[in-house]
Amino acid sequence: MNMLWLQSGGCGGCTMSMLCAEAPDLISTLEGAGIELLWHPTLSEATAGEVVDLLLAILDGRQTLDVLCVEGSILQGPNGTGRFHMMAGTGRPMMDWVRDLAGHARHVVAVGTCAAFGGVTAAGANPADACGLQYDGRQRGGLLGPDFVARGGLPAINVAGCPTHPNWVTETLMLLAGDGLAASDLDQYQRPRFYADHLVHHGCPRNEYYEYKASAHRPSDLGCMMEHMGCLGTQAHADCNTRLWNGEGSCTRGGYACINCTAPEFEEPGHAYMETPKFAGIPIGLPTDMPKAWFVALSSLAKAATPDRVRRNAAADRIVVPPTVHEKRKR
Amino acid sequence: MSDTEKPGRLIVGPFNRVEGDLEVQLDVEGGRVRSARVNSPLFRGFERILEGRAPLDALVIVPRICGICSVSQSHAAATALADLAGVTPPPNGTLAADLMLAAENAGDHLTHFHLFFMPDFARAAYAGRPWFGVVAERFKAAAGSAVREAVEARTGLFRLFGIMGGKWPHTLTLQPGGVARALDARDKVRLAAIIESFRRFLETKVYGAPLEAVAELSSLNALERWRDGGPAGHFRLFLEISADLGLDTLGRSWDRFLSYGNALQPRGIWQGAGIAPLDPGAIAEDHSFARMADRERRHHPFDGSTVPDGADEAGYTWCKAPRLGGLPFETGALARQLIGGHPLAAALVAAGGGTVFSRVVGRLLELARICIAMGQWVRALDVKGDWYVDAPLPDEGAAMGLTEAARGALGHWLRVEGGRIASYQIIAPTTWNFSPRDSDGVPGPLEKALEGTAVEPGERAPVAVQHVVRSFDPCMVCTVH
Repeated sequence: MNMLWLQSGGCGGCTMSMLCAEAPDLISTLEGAGIELLWHPTLSEATAGEVVDLLLAILDGRQTLDVLCVEGSILQGPNGTGRFHMMAGTGRPMMDWVRDLAGHARHVVAVGTCAAFGGVTAAGANPADACGLQYDGRQRGGLLGPDFVARGGLPAINVAGCPTHPNWVTETLMLLAGDGLAASDLDQYQRPRFYADHLVHHGCPRNEYYEYKASAHRPSDLGCMMEHMGCLGTQAHADCNTRLWNGEGSCTRGGYACINCTAPEFEEPGHAYMETPKFAGIPIGLPTDMPKAWFVALSSLAKAATPDRVRRNAAADRIVVPPTVHEKRKR
Repeated sequence: MSDTEKPGRLIVGPFNRVEGDLEVQLDVEGGRVRSARVNSPLFRGFERILEGRAPLDALVIVPRICGICSVSQSHAAATALADLAGVTPPPNGTLAADLMLAAENAGDHLTHFHLFFMPDFARAAYAGRPWFGVVAERFKAAAGSAVREAVEARTGLFRLFGIMGGKWPHTLTLQPGGVARALDARDKVRLAAIIESFRRFLETKVYGAPLEAVAELSSLNALERWRDGGPAGHFRLFLEISADLGLDTLGRSWDRFLSYGNALQPRGIWQGAGIAPLDPGAIAEDHSFARMADRERRHHPFDGSTVPDGADEAGYTWCKAPRLGGLPFETGALARQLIGGHPLAAALVAAGGGTVFSRVVGRLLELARICIAMGQWVRALDVKGDWYVDAPLPDEGAAMGLTEAARGALGHWLRVEGGRIASYQIIAPTTWNFSPRDSDGVPGPLEKALEGTAVEPGERAPVAVQHVVRSFDPCMVCTVH
């Protein structure tokens, strides 16, 4: 299976993250899966005219294309011209190259939330008129349109995340190489379910604080960050706290809120990222699939039942009260 | 498609193995580049995206300007916000931020040398050179043994971020009041192990010698001795290639350098007559050849403007032209080492100015020094101390955050009104290095460096041009942002 990787209107962070693939490393992983790099902007030798020749060969059918990976959002501005991102050396908007190449690819993979939905590049006034390959925020459509299906039968595969975990990308590619990804393996935003059917909350080391609503009030506090600090881990679709990043990390392990970066429109949460919006003292965003009445009832009960240890540790930057060690019962 | 639009002109792009998208237009005469125009062809508009948001939201948005300078962008924003709050983080907070910044810079230097720069010497065009066999085995793009080893070493080093920052890129750990993740004694020994392992990689593969031996290089004679009889390693290999190809005379620019300084090096400038203080008030951006409105005057970043002019034909890039005291300046590892007073950097610049050779040596010198410093900083972490202090922000005010990314001076200038970001201006290292001409017609540092570069007959993307461009370690996504 061959792969062409283009960087559109993004930061390149998904590639930089992917280089951190471990056990095996990125190059071994791709080789082992029989994935041949036709061209990748960070890794490949070919530059300038050599690359343009390759792209033209794909468009006129002299070169087959199995997977087109696009990293970064599609810039449609100004006024729909795409001139905010001309592909260097070609005098042609990147959005036109991507649209044409997608028509020749067996699979189209949107790498990162920018390419999937528009992402941070589409934030605020969206000055560059950024969108995703097949979504514009939550709205299906984007560059390729709602009805787009690649030659292989799948719509754009949205490996969303800001950035993507290295292995979300490599595992998607390996599945494609082994014909192991069907439409039913994608969720309603076309994200691979192998990571999107999990919640960031799963495996979060702050779970005990969550259970008792023992909350962090400021950065470096150990407590749960849902109540005050904007954490969306109970709503965010990703396996960050079971898969882990750079060995043993995740956002909540790093001391800060999950901002739900795998979701469309995470760039506009409607409030400051690091503050939880509330109504009558209750967070507006509830944990996924939890009825509000139960959340309110359980929260007040849990707060009343919070052990002193959990309450005190929640407001500290290190464990100040260790869990009790229970002596073995004497026989 | 358009490599030879007309005789004497080459348009080179897409220019890869740089971060982001780059196009270079060359006017060629008599086998040499007569003049160059550098085009940053991507505009996203981060400065506008930040307007109207809560100031702390900048900590989420700005790292996403760039996936390779992510922590550097965070650091600039956190520094500016700390300045706005009038808060100084506790020593642990500063040390932790310095460690993360250093790790990112070290990882970037490693990536630049192994993945971006050296693979050009493994091109078929060099098949006749005596060093070609070993270079091809080690540095063939995406396949060479050294390329693979560097990717793995970088992955190992970046486990530091798994402990300190949750992840890389795009951590939110760096805050105006310090860091959001306190470290304990176990974290500290684990970090020390990670840094020690990275040191071993550098010492066995890159230098073939203790890092201290690299850091102590103090003269061109010492460098020549290393080249002729020093330990086998990629460093010596580069010195040999450089001597063979004359990289010490390739890509000379204005020989004016600036550094905002970091934990290792001071802030300052150098323009031929020793090291002098840098006055941030003398920085201004010129829009004459950028596709940006407001061309009639140069803008200090507190008074900056980012209004793209998509219909403009006079501008040839989205990159503005920053100038210090009206003049273009080069920034990067060589500038830091020079302004930091390192004798080897001083000797290199005295002998030949900023060139492909001195920029790469400056980076490899710095890589060794960063790794030594990281080991010292980890030992200095006080696991009983504080990591964070509250940093309440005023509703009104202006502040600046200056730091050093791997590729040079990075500055953020923000104004807050009514508790919201009213203006946010960013000047990134490659904005300096790859700036276009200004209203005086003065070309930017890369444009100047490319003048006179050899173009061989039939070359569509002259390999010497590629060496010059990549010697700056450009980051195009930061450049325009």
